[in-house]
Amino acid sequence: MNWLQTTSLLVLTFMAVFIQGTWDLPHSWLGAQLSLLPSLVVYAAIQTDVVTLALVSVLGGLWADSLSANPFGLSILPLFWLGFMLHRWRDLLLRELTYAQCVMGIMAGVAVPLLTLLLLLSMGAHPLLGGWSLWQLGVLGVAGGCLTPPTFWLMERLIATFSYQPVKATPFRADREIKRGRH
Amino acid sequence: MLKRPHHAAFGSVLLLGLALLNLPDNVAIQAKLAVSSLFLPLFGLAGSVHALAAQAGNTIVPRRVLNERIDQLTKENLQLSLKAAQGEEALRENARLHQLLGWQQQSPWHLKPARVVARDTANWWRTLRIDFGKRDGARVNMPVLCPEGLVGRLSQVGYAMSEVVLVGDPKCAVAVVIAETHENGVVTASASGVLDHRLVDLTHLPRNTALKPGQTVYTSGLGGVFPAGIPVGAVVDWRSVGYGLYSEARLKLGADSSRLQEVMVMLP
Repeated sequence: MNWLQTTSLLVLTFMAVFIQGTWDLPHSWLGAQLSLLPSLVVYAAIQTDVVTLALVSVLGGLWADSLSANPFGLSILPLFWLGFMLHRWRDLLLRELTYAQCVMGIMAGVAVPLLTLLLLLSMGAHPLLGGWSLWQLGVLGVAGGCLTPPTFWLMERLIATFSYQPVKATPFRADREIKRGRH
Repeated sequence: MLKRPHHAAFGSVLLLGLALLNLPDNVAIQAKLAVSSLFLPLFGLAGSVHALAAQAGNTIVPRRVLNERIDQLTKENLQLSLKAAQGEEALRENARLHQLLGWQQQSPWHLKPARVVARDTANWWRTLRIDFGKRDGARVNMPVLCPEGLVGRLSQVGYAMSEVVLVGDPKCAVAVVIAETHENGVVTASASGVLDHRLVDLTHLPRNTALKPGQTVYTSGLGGVFPAGIPVGAVVDWRSVGYGLYSEARLKLGADSSRLQEVMVMLP
């Protein structure tokens, strides 16, 4: 486990939940509160190990539920299930491509709220649902697609800032050294 | 292919999730409030930054504008003072009549201000977090207002922070009365209007109602949570439902929850 990567990801998750709770502009303009958690889970599933993925899902879910009327712990299972599936099949995904990251973001943006809602309904709760919930799912999907590539870029920049820089190649080559004198 | 750590992680998270979802209600509420208190320093910081920005904005307002505003507020204050004096006289008369008839006196409202620190992170609930908790005298089910009308009620109370469930959430039904027609109804969550979150449904109205757009709606006091007389909103339109058995109206709430920065909690 890369501690720097895990710590950076957890800090970013905490800040993402805080911004989601305090920044109401997307809800006023688009009618849906945007969430960065699915994008962060996609990143954790693709670029980190299963322990980091579990930490991001558990802590992100708990933090998000603590600022919501959701039952405590509800968001953990959808986030982790999605991340686990992506993590399992990550070798088959073209994860370096922006296009693939976008598609995974769209899928995560729709799947996480949908699974959370299904879990909520199976528990007998009565959330606010209507025809406009489809609109909200659409907005969340598009937002997931748009936010996932910047999340990858941001995490890579963060890790590059706090880790050793790779040594640049020099023109010197040991196999071309001219050795003088007797050998 | 799945390896052993994967199985262990999957099993642990599944067990943890199920255990948390099956916690007793009071333990889950306390745990939720404890976790949400982690955000308190950031909420404080955000509030300070907001206040500093407002102060910085005030320093660059020209003196002429400030003087005009003072003049305007002085006039407004004079008018409101006269109205308050008139209202006090009406209250005294009301109290005298109550005493003569032997009716129970209605206690005056005690309001305490609170700052909105966060909004619900999920799209299917309408709740707010305010920096008002047990240390300030908060208790569950206390009404929350703003100058435009009813906002909601306290649903979970922590030491320094509380959750407000807003009017329009499935967990906050409000018994109301229409001022002009004196008909009773119940404000419930609306299934219409994604872009206008101020629209809610007013149900359980009589079949032959005489509703008109613009009629004002107040709390009726039924149910015991909200005292009578708090403004809630205005009627937008109405229709007959249930094969003409009863009527339903759409109501525009006075309080715009998306713009709320400060609210007032009504203490007993």
